[in-house]
Amino acid sequence: MKPVIGRWSLAPGRWPLVVGRWRSLQVVVVALAAILLMGAGDDARFNKLGHKMMCACGCRQILLECNHVGCSYSDRMRDELSTALTRGDSDDLVLQAFVQKYGPTVLAAPPATGFNLVAWVMPFAVFFSAMGFAVLVVLRWRQRAPAVVVSPDSPELEAMRLRARRETEL
Amino acid sequence: MPQFGSFALLLALAFGVYALGAGIYALLRPGLAADRLGESARRAGIAVFVAVTAAAVALVVAAFQDDFSVAYIFHHSNRDLPLPYKFSALWSGQEGSLLFWAWLLSAYGFVLLLRHKVDPRLVAHAAVVLAAVQVFFLLLVNFAAHPFSMMAGPAPADGNGLNPLLQYPEMVIHPPMLYLGYVGMTVPFAFALGALIMKYPGEKWIHITRRWTMVTWMFLTVGIFLGGHWAYSVLGWGGYWGWDPVENASLLPWLTATAFLHSVMMQEKRGMLKMWNMWLIFATFLLCIFGTFLTRSGVVSSVHAFAQSSIGTWFVTFLALTLAVCVFYFLRNRAYLKSENRLESLISRESSFLFNNLLFLVACFAVLWGTLFPVLSEWVQGTKATVGAPFFNRVMIPIGLLLLFLTGVGPLLAWRKTSLESLKRNFAIPAVAAVVTAGALMAGGMRPWQDVSYFYALMAVALAVFVAVTVGSEFLRGARVIRSHTGMNLAAAMVQLTRRNTRRYGGYIVHFGVVVLFIGFAGYAFNQDKEQELGLGDKMDIGRYTLVSRSYTRDFQPNYESDYAILDVYRNGSFLQTMYPERRFYTASQQDATIVANRSTWREDLYLVYAGRNPETDRPIIRAHLNPLVVWVWAGVYIVVFGTLVALVPNLQVAAAKVRATAAELAAAGASEGGD
Repeated sequence: MKPVIGRWSLAPGRWPLVVGRWRSLQVVVVALAAILLMGAGDDARFNKLGHKMMCACGCRQILLECNHVGCSYSDRMRDELSTALTRGDSDDLVLQAFVQKYGPTVLAAPPATGFNLVAWVMPFAVFFSAMGFAVLVVLRWRQRAPAVVVSPDSPELEAMRLRARRETEL
Repeated sequence: MPQFGSFALLLALAFGVYALGAGIYALLRPGLAADRLGESARRAGIAVFVAVTAAAVALVVAAFQDDFSVAYIFHHSNRDLPLPYKFSALWSGQEGSLLFWAWLLSAYGFVLLLRHKVDPRLVAHAAVVLAAVQVFFLLLVNFAAHPFSMMAGPAPADGNGLNPLLQYPEMVIHPPMLYLGYVGMTVPFAFALGALIMKYPGEKWIHITRRWTMVTWMFLTVGIFLGGHWAYSVLGWGGYWGWDPVENASLLPWLTATAFLHSVMMQEKRGMLKMWNMWLIFATFLLCIFGTFLTRSGVVSSVHAFAQSSIGTWFVTFLALTLAVCVFYFLRNRAYLKSENRLESLISRESSFLFNNLLFLVACFAVLWGTLFPVLSEWVQGTKATVGAPFFNRVMIPIGLLLLFLTGVGPLLAWRKTSLESLKRNFAIPAVAAVVTAGALMAGGMRPWQDVSYFYALMAVALAVFVAVTVGSEFLRGARVIRSHTGMNLAAAMVQLTRRNTRRYGGYIVHFGVVVLFIGFAGYAFNQDKEQELGLGDKMDIGRYTLVSRSYTRDFQPNYESDYAILDVYRNGSFLQTMYPERRFYTASQQDATIVANRSTWREDLYLVYAGRNPETDRPIIRAHLNPLVVWVWAGVYIVVFGTLVALVPNLQVAAAKVRATAAELAAAGASEGGD
């Protein structure tokens, strides 16, 4: 039986080399993950999560950017965030706890679930549709572009020369 | 004075209605009598400007005279308010700012009507469209948001004062600039719709429209920039752009107008995208009105919004009517907008303009979508989702980077078709420069894989270098040719080159400004901030800086009381300077405001906010931000404005031809005089 790695089946005789490469890839992935996680301590998480939430005082500012003197919400919310991180709660758990306490508007961006997913999908859908449409239009127009045959001293050619001068001006 | 102002507004409305009615009649029934009627409509349009000016002056005089019997003055001014802010009260509130809109519109109309000989029939059509918009705003200020409404009972002794956030020098300039941009977009719209209605032959209208759009685009750019700078200096949260709905509202028409300024070249040079351009102008104007509606209707909540009012219905009706008129004339006369040419290649200047336009429109859609999604989600789900900076940053940064890439690609492509060889030749050096920059940044310690914001920052700087090199090589290539012909030095040759084709090289300068802007944006990924209670003698470290609290003091002004923190700033142990972040309490409005202390260098801003005192410990709180490369953002805008001004200057060749013609005429005149 041929060894199978993921979706690819390998020819006999070649697999030790490929498995060796696969191991190397795994090492690279683990190393990259380690690099990614380096420095992602509580301070970094506090900063990251604090920028994913809004202050609930109604100032429409990101939690860590709320600058109201004596704002009764932001200080308390920052303390709650700090406590949750010290407790070892995961990012999702922290965000869920804040949503339960302060409502869904506490999240600075809509979560990519349910109807809110539309918020994320729509701009990219429009982007890809627009680009696809443009490519199709250009290709279609290119196929239709007629060849222009004119004699060297015809008025059409002179008109084209004039146009060329005008167009190459910029 | 209030009675005079009210009368002037009514008179302006009467003149406006006459200019509209008589203008339409004169266009529908051509003839000698209609010509006279058309002329009277033109003069009525000029009279609108005089009457609205009188009303605006009346409101400013009422502010200077502390006439608190006028409700608007009571709500937006007070006796101790400094004179410049009393003047700016004209646009600080709902009613006054609508009057200011109407005044600017009448001023634009005035200029247009005085220059009617440029093309009397086209101007007559544009003037009718302008008069219709003018009538709408005059109806608003006369019946929905009257700036001269009187207070019930006797006049109060003093006013409520101006919003403290607006008491900042930039706030005296920012709204007029933004309004000059918003309102100015009415003129290209009027020309475009006028040209469509009359099926204007030729492309002259597009030349006129382009120049107007460039001027108003420049004002809009300056207005947005000043708004960002004001937010950075006054709001005290450490940033200049927060994707607030009102900020977004100003960005929407800017995006479509920028798209138009690019695609209009396709129409001028190749007779293409006529329908597209027409709709870009329509969309820009509609978005200006929509932005004004967003700011004033209370549909979305924003720190910048005016008080909620009922004028939203007026705006929705006007928007619907305007859109209906645009669609009607477009469907009726669309054959007139048929393209003369078609795209011949995917790799051509035309294609790059097309993709650039699509990206601008996608960006516009994304901003609009994000701004309105809370309303939509409330409608569908019953709860309002928040769509803030994280959403916009994730969606808009990739689009922005693609646009930056196209900024570099576009000028390297030829019209019609670009060969693979020329593509390789033109792209090699910029591409190598971008890759080397990215490598150098990573060697210098930037780790794009650690955070997506670092990746975007790296891409932004690398692409910025790519574009800068393409712009630089375009200048060098042209300048070398001039140098070889004239013997000028390279710098002088570059100036000469720019003067010979101001539009092209002015455009490149604008692109260079965009490069500088993006480098500034890249700095955002590396912002640091820290908040700490600082008692006397306490220290706080942020980046290379150490702040030492020397003292706290208080000052009293007629209009406000100030609390200052006096902080000594050290960098790597050496004393740099003393900074004074301030907190003000405005007595009339009983509101607080921050005045940020900022030490700005090309490398970074040390941005200090005195956040007040901790109510429990009574110790002062200082918030420090270290924001890299912010100066590059402001510098980028200056360069963009400079480039736009260069692009507006006539070409040297034309000017020289005129001088030659004048000299020849003078010589001829001299000869004939001599002969006599």
